[in-house]
Amino acid sequence: MKIGAPKEIFPGENRVAMTPESAIQLKKLGHECLIEAGAGAAAGFEDAAYAAVGVTVVPSATALFEQAAIIVKVREPSAAEIARLSADKTLISFFWPAQNAEALENAKATGASVIAMDMVPRISRAQKMDALSSMANIAGYRAVIEAGNNFGRFFTGQVTAAGKVPPARVLVVGAGVAGLAAIGTATSLGAITYAFDVRPEVAEQIESMGAEFVYLEFEEAQDGAATGGYAAPSSPEFREKQLAKFRELAPEVDIVITTALIPGRPAPKLWTEDMVALMKRGSVVVDLAAERGGNCDLTVPDQKITSANGVTIIGYTDFPSRMAAQASTLYSNNIRHMIFDLTPGKDGVINHNMEDDVIRGATVAHAGEITFPPPPPKVRAIAAAKPKEKPKELTAEEKRATEVATFRAQTKSQVTLLAVGGALVLGVGLIAPAAFMQHFIVFVLSVFIGFQVIWGVAHSLHTPLMAVTNAISSIIILGALMQIGSTSILITLLAALGIFMAAVNIFGGFLVTRRMLAMFQKS
Amino acid sequence: MDFGFTIAAYAVAAVLFILSLGGLSGQESAKRAVWYGIVGMAIAVIATMIGPGVGLWWLSLVLIAAGGAVGFQLATRVQMTQMPELVAIMHSLVGLAAVFVGFNAHLELVRVAQTLTEAGLPFPQPAGPLSMQAYEMLGTLSNFGALLGKKTAVEVGILRVELMLGIWIGAVTFTGSVIAYGKLAGRVDTAAKKLPGGHMLNAAAAVLSLLLAILYLQGWGIWTLLLLTVLALFIGYHLIMGIGGADMPVVVSMLNSYSGWAAAAIGFSLGNDLLIVVGALVGSSGAILSYIMCKAMNRSFVSVILGGFGGVTGPAMAIEGEQIAIDADGVAAALNEADSVVIIPGYGMAVAQAQQSVSELTRKLRAKGKNVRFAIHPVAGRLPGHMNVLLAEAKVPYDIVLEMDEINDDFPSTDVAIVIGSNDIVNPAAQDDPNSPIAGMPVLECWKAKQVFVSKRGQGTGYSGIENPLFFKENTRMFYGDAKKSIDALLPMID
Repeated sequence: MKIGAPKEIFPGENRVAMTPESAIQLKKLGHECLIEAGAGAAAGFEDAAYAAVGVTVVPSATALFEQAAIIVKVREPSAAEIARLSADKTLISFFWPAQNAEALENAKATGASVIAMDMVPRISRAQKMDALSSMANIAGYRAVIEAGNNFGRFFTGQVTAAGKVPPARVLVVGAGVAGLAAIGTATSLGAITYAFDVRPEVAEQIESMGAEFVYLEFEEAQDGAATGGYAAPSSPEFREKQLAKFRELAPEVDIVITTALIPGRPAPKLWTEDMVALMKRGSVVVDLAAERGGNCDLTVPDQKITSANGVTIIGYTDFPSRMAAQASTLYSNNIRHMIFDLTPGKDGVINHNMEDDVIRGATVAHAGEITFPPPPPKVRAIAAAKPKEKPKELTAEEKRATEVATFRAQTKSQVTLLAVGGALVLGVGLIAPAAFMQHFIVFVLSVFIGFQVIWGVAHSLHTPLMAVTNAISSIIILGALMQIGSTSILITLLAALGIFMAAVNIFGGFLVTRRMLAMFQKS
Repeated sequence: MDFGFTIAAYAVAAVLFILSLGGLSGQESAKRAVWYGIVGMAIAVIATMIGPGVGLWWLSLVLIAAGGAVGFQLATRVQMTQMPELVAIMHSLVGLAAVFVGFNAHLELVRVAQTLTEAGLPFPQPAGPLSMQAYEMLGTLSNFGALLGKKTAVEVGILRVELMLGIWIGAVTFTGSVIAYGKLAGRVDTAAKKLPGGHMLNAAAAVLSLLLAILYLQGWGIWTLLLLTVLALFIGYHLIMGIGGADMPVVVSMLNSYSGWAAAAIGFSLGNDLLIVVGALVGSSGAILSYIMCKAMNRSFVSVILGGFGGVTGPAMAIEGEQIAIDADGVAAALNEADSVVIIPGYGMAVAQAQQSVSELTRKLRAKGKNVRFAIHPVAGRLPGHMNVLLAEAKVPYDIVLEMDEINDDFPSTDVAIVIGSNDIVNPAAQDDPNSPIAGMPVLECWKAKQVFVSKRGQGTGYSGIENPLFFKENTRMFYGDAKKSIDALLPMID
């Protein structure tokens, strides 16, 4: 099959859907590769580099669409591009079928198959072709870099001869892929990073990236896993609480990066005008949701503006394109993996298997039919997170109450034990003679001492403890020693045997204990 | 016959013994503590020999020297992996000695009674001060005999109860320890075995013992005592035969406890406070150890003693996935990349004698700046603290050998966990599957580590005979083969 990548015609789009590297891999699958002249130039891939790995450089888009059976693209196709498709062609690109119903209708009319990279289901197996994640990762990184570029201070705190520099404080709102990437970048630059997300189960991920989770005390925690890893719209009460928290944080933070998106809805407004007003002069807000209206009230898509109090608000929507070389490399790899799945035989023959969860999910038009929206995948995106029970913060009174309760329970059990034990001892005392009771007191006290002492023994020394108790239990030798002086031969004999055996034990036990203990060494 | 001196010496010895046990709370103080024990024992023996034990002291010395020589041989030759066997066999000696001393007490009692009766004197002594003739008569007997001769009827009755208890416990300890030794040394089949009738036999023997005990107290003569001993020997044998290999830590601690109680019972019958003190110390020590071991297995003491696992309440959870094998290259590569490594040794490491190789591996990894630690489950091995001793022998520093509670929280931040010859103690079913026979048993949560390697001989199940879902987990790789050979194969690849 011939796979062709045209030059992106969207203004300012620098990415390209095929790199020389991915072309080599595609050829291994038995495909031929075409590229439109100059398609990779903006991402730093010269035509010569493509030609060097055996990619045919085609002079124009028209020629490319004619020759290639599979068209790979980055941006959703324009009307002109869709018009060039035909029934024997497959288009692989971002498509946004929900927003571009008309384009989808047009694509269907051509009879071509359309695979939307933005519709790849979020299951483990499909991660390698999850272009949304790979682009979001870049956007998150770039957002921090852009913020740094517009921020007049260091990220990391320093104490220099010329004075002390406080570290920058970064707040990341929304801990999706982009948010986590931003957290990672910001912390590795040395900033103190906070992160917020409506899904409490991502707290662990946030903390693993080195940021502090901004914990919101709220009863109704939602399970984000049910929505394929995205957040669902939150209740007004929750929103209020959330905004109050942000207002509290606004004066402290230097950089805010908002990444909150809810699938199929405009971006929620989380960073309001008054919060911007609360921020320090020179602070930066980067709004990664600008394309969908922005999380910040003041965001202007595709622009960088400065608020009245000197806060820079960046609303660019082309962060991945601003890192075209990196973005193209990752995106072309996503495409390659998709084609890998479409070419199960590695023989250059495309098998558009509509039974496959991933392919079915991503295909929005096939054989003259619209196949969007797809049925839910057979494999669930993410295992439903078990609702984690947060250890409840006990109030002082509750703590006291539990303490008192445990104290009472302990006292009760101790008193019961003492009463029962005491009664038993008294019972023995009633029938036993005084001579016996004298020994009995010794016995009871020794058992008591034994219990007190043995609990303190280190676990690692239990074997030596056994050896040493073994040695001292040979104290039975005293009994034999007392009896050996008897005039009866039988008694003497038995006592002699007893002495001998106990002696074996005494020496053996103590020696082996010493041997063991000598082996325990500190590093 | 300076009894005051003897008792003073006993007091000193008792204090030394208590300090000796208390000193085991830390590795360093333990080295001093063992000397307290040795000195205490020396004081006790010498005080007895010059005090109440006069007569045949030269023979006693010879016997002690001979016993000492044998003990020395045993202690210096024993391999650390054979420690459980040694401890078990030594318990049997204490048990047997207790039986002998108990019988002696009976024989002496009979003789004293005979002597006094022949001389026309009453025995047991009537209440009140001794008569002059009786006093003179007792002077001709040995010290021990004189002690017995002074007893009144109630005291003689109590004496009989005590010596009987001493003999009974001693006999159970004796055969029990011998069987435990056999199982630990591999000379007796380690599987739980019972004669037909099972625990009913034990119960019957116990009831019969009680019956014989009553007969003996009625004065039916020595045959009741002999028969009682035989029954106790049988109970010891049958009880321990019915307990499987992995429950041996509990058994050995329990026998340890019994040997102490036997000594205490004998101490009562001989009226010797030091015997009582030490017996009680040892007895409670063993009891606590048994309790700790049981707790670590989440089983009641009774269920361990009655043997086997029971109480399966439903079908076990189905295990998904497959066991994926890995070779030494893969393990070495993961170890070279890891920053933190936790090693979980079990009985399998002792069987394969792999502790030196493990120690060498630890040294190499630590030399590369990796954080290597050991996680020890309380019931790993066949003796409480068994793994600690083996690792100490192989010169693994004790401060990187941690207890379960100390390390369980660290597994999520661990790169590689290596399980060497353990199974049930790392079984996630204990937490996940309420129907599992080991449900609720505290386990080492090694599956939370990023990667787990399990060094194991084959695909068999552990002692409890249940599948281990750990082996089927996605982040688990099975490193099949003899533990020692496997680890040795790893060593040259760590660089």
